[in-house]
Amino acid sequence: MSIPDKFRYTSDHEWVHLEDGVATVGITHHAQDELTDIVFVELPELARDCAEGDPVAVVESVKAASDIYAPLAGEIVEVNEELEADPALVNTDPHGAGWIFKIKLSDVSAYDGLMDASGYAELTSA
Amino acid sequence: MSETSLQHSPLEASHQALGAKMVPFAGWNMPVQYSSIMDEHLAVREAAGVFDISHMGQVFVRGAGAEQWLNGMLSNDVEALAVGQAQYTFLLNEAGGVIDDLILYRVAEGDVFLVVNASKLEEDMEWLQRHLKPGLTLSDESESWAGMAVQGPESSALYYKVLGERRLPERNGIESWGESSGKVMVCRTGYTGEDGFELFCPASEGEALFQRFIDAGAKPCGLGARDTLRLELCYPLNGNDLNQERSPLQAGLGFFCALETDFIGVEVLRQQKALGLDKRLVALQYVGKGPPPRAQYSVHTQEGEQLGVLSSGAMSPTLKQGIAMAYLPAKYGAPGTLVDVDVRGRRYPAEVVKKPFYRPQS
Repeated sequence: MSIPDKFRYTSDHEWVHLEDGVATVGITHHAQDELTDIVFVELPELARDCAEGDPVAVVESVKAASDIYAPLAGEIVEVNEELEADPALVNTDPHGAGWIFKIKLSDVSAYDGLMDASGYAELTSA
Repeated sequence: MSETSLQHSPLEASHQALGAKMVPFAGWNMPVQYSSIMDEHLAVREAAGVFDISHMGQVFVRGAGAEQWLNGMLSNDVEALAVGQAQYTFLLNEAGGVIDDLILYRVAEGDVFLVVNASKLEEDMEWLQRHLKPGLTLSDESESWAGMAVQGPESSALYYKVLGERRLPERNGIESWGESSGKVMVCRTGYTGEDGFELFCPASEGEALFQRFIDAGAKPCGLGARDTLRLELCYPLNGNDLNQERSPLQAGLGFFCALETDFIGVEVLRQQKALGLDKRLVALQYVGKGPPPRAQYSVHTQEGEQLGVLSSGAMSPTLKQGIAMAYLPAKYGAPGTLVDVDVRGRRYPAEVVKKPFYRPQS
């Protein structure tokens, strides 16, 4: 299962990728595989200030709705509007076109506290 | 219910070998999906799928006069049914509320086979036993049978591929062969709206037959697809769309209630019919895009007054739109009526539509 090295991860099965103080967030390949058949994504509100762990979005499969959390504190600066028309992008390209939102981190150094790829690989192989 | 007290289908090893995702359902450890609910759903609409239905209760009523006694217990007219035929029917309480919905098969004169919901088996048995007429035997044989449903436009072709020497019964018909412990029963019935059949065989033979249908081309399908398929047809799920506080007339299923016959609960139904219904189970379809409607979400007038809650809901894989059912005050039951469904505090407009949401082409 694909776990790109360039990302960081959370125990809620989200990936995070930091560029210029802004983190892009999506759900992992493992998470989309567990959920299967994503039919709707409720995107975060733009400009929302959130604390680490705040539920900000919802990903819905045929069977269940799952909360998506802010991996770190910050402000939502962009959302992936493509997902409104094509929520299945989260299934087909979870680490790329299926990204969900971008968050401007309040504390960029907190990024280093997230799990790296090998830590996440360990978590999902348990 | 704890994991350890779950009942296990005779087909469980097959599900595991196929990589199914297993979930507890009505006290059973059952496959909810193998690959994708969406793909499984579409396979049944376009080709054929096979479902494990071993969790359903298999009950027999035997003895001279079994049909006559059952006619006093169930809403449909058993005596109007020829031997070899099946009918959908309700077991009601004295208030006309639904204890269970089931399929009754008249295997032979004085030999009636009932397929009931897994979640209601115990309650059904208790109720029937309490009213049982002396001289008749009531037996729960659920543990000795494996059950599978093959559904979809290609299901009859699959039947002949696998069981070439046996005749497939006509719609709503039943055929059986073999004796006592080796008996196989095939019923041309289902819960998907597509052509298909349900087959019951000795538990020990289940896996081999299940595999033969898969080898012949049936896609293994789980409870997730079973739920979306039945909802597109507005087939009710007991516990969601039916319960002891609602009558089959309120559920819009009066066709299966022979009000000229006498059965427990009939007086209430006759009265409801004479006076009119206060509430009706209506079909709701989203007007635009929105998150999948799900059971227990509230339904409101466009002015905001709450009318009820959804009894079932899903994103329809065939229509690619939110579909749901809800008991609403009768005056909101007319097709074209607009209401709002509340999802996490946001309102999504839905329209009352004529049932079913989808009608198979075949």
